[in-house]
Amino acid sequence: MSDAFARVPALAAQHLLLGISALVLALALALPLGWLSARRPRVARVTLGFASLVQTIPSLALLALFYPALLWLSGVVGGGVPALGFLPALLALTLYALLPIIRNLVTGLTGIDPAVLEAADGVGMTAAQKLRLIELPLVLPVAMAGIRTAAVWTIGAATLSTTVGQPSLGDLIFAGLQTQAWPLVIAGCVSAAALALGVDALLGLAEYGARNRRAWLIWGAVALLGAATLAASAPLWARGGGDRTVVIGAKNFSEQYILARLIGDRLARAGYTVQYRDGLGSTVAFGAVASGDVDAYVDYAGTIWAGEMKRNDVPPRAEQVRAIAEWARATRGVGMVGALGFENAYAFAMRGDDARARGIASLADVARQSPQLKLGADLEFLDRTEWATIRRAYPMRFASATPYSPTFMYRALESGRADVISAFSSDGRIAADRLVTLSDPERAIPGYDAILLVAPARTKDARFLTAIRPLIGRIPVSAMREANYMVDRDTNKATPEAAARWLATKIGL
Amino acid sequence: MPDNSGPAIAFERVTKRYADGTIAVDAVSLAVEPGSFVALVGASGSGKSTLLKTVNRLVVPSEGRVLIDGVDVSEGAAWQLRRRIGYVFQNIGLFPHLTVAQNIALPLRLDGRNDRARVDALLDTVELPDSLASRTPAELSGGQRQRVGVARALATDPGLLLMDEPFGALDPVTRESLGQAIVRLQRERRLTVLMVTHDMAEALLDAARVLVMERGRVVADTTPAALIAGEGGDTAQALVAVPRAQAERIAALARGQT
Repeated sequence: MSDAFARVPALAAQHLLLGISALVLALALALPLGWLSARRPRVARVTLGFASLVQTIPSLALLALFYPALLWLSGVVGGGVPALGFLPALLALTLYALLPIIRNLVTGLTGIDPAVLEAADGVGMTAAQKLRLIELPLVLPVAMAGIRTAAVWTIGAATLSTTVGQPSLGDLIFAGLQTQAWPLVIAGCVSAAALALGVDALLGLAEYGARNRRAWLIWGAVALLGAATLAASAPLWARGGGDRTVVIGAKNFSEQYILARLIGDRLARAGYTVQYRDGLGSTVAFGAVASGDVDAYVDYAGTIWAGEMKRNDVPPRAEQVRAIAEWARATRGVGMVGALGFENAYAFAMRGDDARARGIASLADVARQSPQLKLGADLEFLDRTEWATIRRAYPMRFASATPYSPTFMYRALESGRADVISAFSSDGRIAADRLVTLSDPERAIPGYDAILLVAPARTKDARFLTAIRPLIGRIPVSAMREANYMVDRDTNKATPEAAARWLATKIGL
Repeated sequence: MPDNSGPAIAFERVTKRYADGTIAVDAVSLAVEPGSFVALVGASGSGKSTLLKTVNRLVVPSEGRVLIDGVDVSEGAAWQLRRRIGYVFQNIGLFPHLTVAQNIALPLRLDGRNDRARVDALLDTVELPDSLASRTPAELSGGQRQRVGVARALATDPGLLLMDEPFGALDPVTRESLGQAIVRLQRERRLTVLMVTHDMAEALLDAARVLVMERGRVVADTTPAALIAGEGGDTAQALVAVPRAQAERIAALARGQT
């Protein structure tokens, strides 16, 4: 656990850098827009309408939407626009910060007594003097309240940038949520809250200085913010490691965290500086390795097969893996180092006693009894191609179908809120919770061999490939289950780092 | 006292037509003598405020032009013109984030001057105690606020004072005392004053010349004495009738009591 806590300062720095950058960009956009809106009602309708609309999009979805948008843009301009990491997070947070700034600025400016403005004209002020001497001082308290709201929102929402591959304090929250390491979740929340309150306090100090005409207070607060931001960005300049710095991606579940550390440890020993991008959305991950934002990660054959290649036939596993390797290389330049040796398939699971009582052993049995059964799925399963394929093979209509984060999905099955879940075959909890997995007589579910994928640039990096190639074909499903369970169990939990070290020893590396 | 005798103003066929076709001011031509006190009287909507504001370019005429001392006001920047003209209006428009002294000093500050003694002198001129200097406008009474408004308008010692219903929102006692103060100032400094009011009594008592406006046109241009004598036409006489009747009733009351 201490490994994870050691990341707090670095994550807080990146979090702050992202939040401040978004706030500064939002100010650069919102101040002129708000100023214009206060003068032109038509502009106000458009800008405030747009900013309000953005606000109605859940921030998580807004972040996710920038991924395809930037991919598209990159395609239009002929590549080079990063679709993951800092840029999408920055843009989404900037849009999110617009509304409170613009709205308060417009409220403040239109709230100025027209008589005061007439008097300003009457004494012969130029437009610039009117702005500086009258409008700015009068609008400051209202506008500043909007800016402070935007700052707190932005820094809070920056925790979600983890999902588009931008490290933030959200890494701790998502990892903690996934592995039920509550101290990590609390550490992430408390650190993010402290950052938000700190920035808010400095802005408040600047506002106090402006109101009381103490220039040193304004500049002091701004300088402190600037210094903090600079300090936060220092590691970025120091990085410069270029090829020697590698980024390992992981999706948002325990097995992925463990495998990322297993890969990372080997690369670190080969002399690379290793960074992790945890909690990537499933579809985002493949794009990340294709664009080079991530150097390596583990995906599953069926996920690429159905999700990226849009195939719904089910060939033999070895043939499927070969076809994916060929497709990934030809279409995106992504290299497949090989299959790790185990499969993490979607496996429908039920409580053992319940399955026996209902006489269910296969998906065909489930389909027949589905109107009496409640389905629990992971967050993305119900939208995946595989689910459509399965329903074609086994027509089912469940009493209810509820998505859960994986940990809570198992809890739902245990507590009876779900009768059937879309479990994962390499999950240690299947054995531990005495679950039974259901057979697939129609062969509707494709193979899910764990496959190691590397970015196009790394396919020519011999040292890199040499470091990770020993993992190929080396990990049996029993070892993976055991490692997963070390992290997922409720008591005596191990960190993903510890589980990765255990797994390395177990497979003799 | 300053030797200026105020600038002369000339309106030449000044027309203000709004986008919806409304004509606020309809081809008004007239000359204002230097150092004179002229009242513009009329019902609301008669165009008197609009005409006044063409002088300091808060309103730009659709046709015609306004000259001050023979120079077209549309020449040069509006802010340069306005710094030479004092402007007092009903809603006063004191700057709420500045103190009384800062409000009065603001026109000086725009000229790059920082003259504390001048601020004190202006407070004296409008009969306000120095102790108010550090107050904010919110802490003043309505009458005190308009005195500050007048002091601000006089800060740069302009020869021309435009007043748009300056005492409209004040109680009768304050109104009378501030009105008399303005009349005194006008005489002492030979200011050219153009004052808009809907109150004929105020016009009769303060001004040397009264212009009556109706539907954008000047329908009477005469002296208070001539108006009292029944001249100036129906519109003007309708406006004179009210203060005349009031004055007679008060006189009757006074006779009844003696």
